Amino acid sequence: MEFYAELLISAMLVLAGFFGFVGSFGLVKLPDQMTRLHGPTKAATLGVGGVLIASLLWFAFFGDHYSWHELLIALFLFLTAPITGLMIAKVNMHLTWSPDELPHCGEDKHWATFGNSAERSLMDSTAEDGKDERDHHE
Amino acid sequence: MIEYALYFAFACFGIGQLFCLYRVVFAPGVGDRVLALDTMSINMIALIALFGILHDTTMYFEIMMLFALVGFVSTVAYAKFLLRGDVIE
Repeated sequence: MEFYAELLISAMLVLAGFFGFVGSFGLVKLPDQMTRLHGPTKAATLGVGGVLIASLLWFAFFGDHYSWHELLIALFLFLTAPITGLMIAKVNMHLTWSPDELPHCGEDKHWATFGNSAERSLMDSTAEDGKDERDHHE
Repeated sequence: MIEYALYFAFACFGIGQLFCLYRVVFAPGVGDRVLALDTMSINMIALIALFGILHDTTMYFEIMMLFALVGFVSTVAYAKFLLRGDVIE
């Protein structure tokens, strides 16, 4: 029984380490701003989830008492990863696309980040360079 | 057996952390830099969890929780600042 528990925990640790490595490697390797979002928001989150579940199992099998602490953190990370991905994708669109290129949002208004209420972002001066880079990739 | 798996995971996440550091320093755009910082905080949570297994202590739970909360809030605040020019309007 103990052997199988160790085997399970070791397998989870190795898999989680592999996924975490792939997630961080994708951040360096992938060619495009938007594709680079995929590595950290999916693979790295899965890797961290695996490590946290392995930690949960370790303390359940070999610790003094078991608790659901790690599951709480894993759940929190799985909930927040898509939100960070969305926010950073919006930042990329805001900084590299001009307002005319954006798809119509279905109402009579423009996108909120380009509306009248939005202040001019400090980074807007680099929008032209980013556009050139995106055209180059296409 | 579990020691070797632990060391393997330590190596994976440590190298991943170095990749993220490279991306923070040599980022082509500011979005990549924010993303790399967020990934660094996520990898750090994994490293702390592995350290907790290695030393057989549950003491590091609160640190992991704080890393998760602060990493998420700081990423969203940075993205909000870049989008709207302000964090709290």
